Amino acid sequence: MAIRVQTEDFDVTSETKSLVAGNTNIGAVVTFTGLVRDMAGGETISAMTLEHYPEMTETMLAKIDIQANERWPLDASLIIHRYGRLEPGEQIVLVITASSHRQAAFEAAEFLMDWLKTKAPFWKQEATTAGEKWVAAKTSDDDATERWSETSPASPAKIAAVKV
Amino acid sequence: MELLYFAWLREKVGLSSESVPLPDGVENVGGLLTWMADRGPGYAEAMKDLSVVRVAVNQEFAQHSDPVEDGDEVAFFPPVTGG
Repeated sequence: MAIRVQTEDFDVTSETKSLVAGNTNIGAVVTFTGLVRDMAGGETISAMTLEHYPEMTETMLAKIDIQANERWPLDASLIIHRYGRLEPGEQIVLVITASSHRQAAFEAAEFLMDWLKTKAPFWKQEATTAGEKWVAAKTSDDDATERWSETSPASPAKIAAVKV
Repeated sequence: MELLYFAWLREKVGLSSESVPLPDGVENVGGLLTWMADRGPGYAEAMKDLSVVRVAVNQEFAQHSDPVEDGDEVAFFPPVTGG
């Protein structure tokens, strides 16, 4: 698995092509792209600035890589997360997972996004008409991550209860 | 030890990083947090509500009972909001 933390934008098509190139065992590729929205909690957002802790991201990635590969037969995966100042409509995060079959690719992509939301050291500050404010963490993101834990096996009821 | 601050903790403390010797009597993360809150108004403000302060020791999430040693890199930050 690779992770890139960068200020510049990314191209989903070219990233996907280069990730799967040369591996004809891959039968399923899932991509997730997160975008900056212009509304949050009823307020209009003019821009968002992301701060991060790069050394910790690298350290944590090694662990999540092992977990994801123990759980699913992945052939390739990539995370790109941007930082710095972003405006509504801009791409902020990309997750690509590739496997022989779709279920592993779908689940692993969701697992990696839940991990990014709750464990990866990034912080968002929104610029609104009322000034700048740091975004508070959501408990619904913690709930989404919890369903992957070893002591809390995923069940359809639990997954359905997670706010998306 | 190297102390790092991120997001609003960085703003309240007024620094992104600093080097300090391991304070006398501090053995774990909880002890370090208590010591931090006593260092001045900015630190006190940053550590006012520990339910929204996360700590990483050597780039791994740490509990209050986890040990700290001189030479550690200890980061203080709010719950993460990436993705």
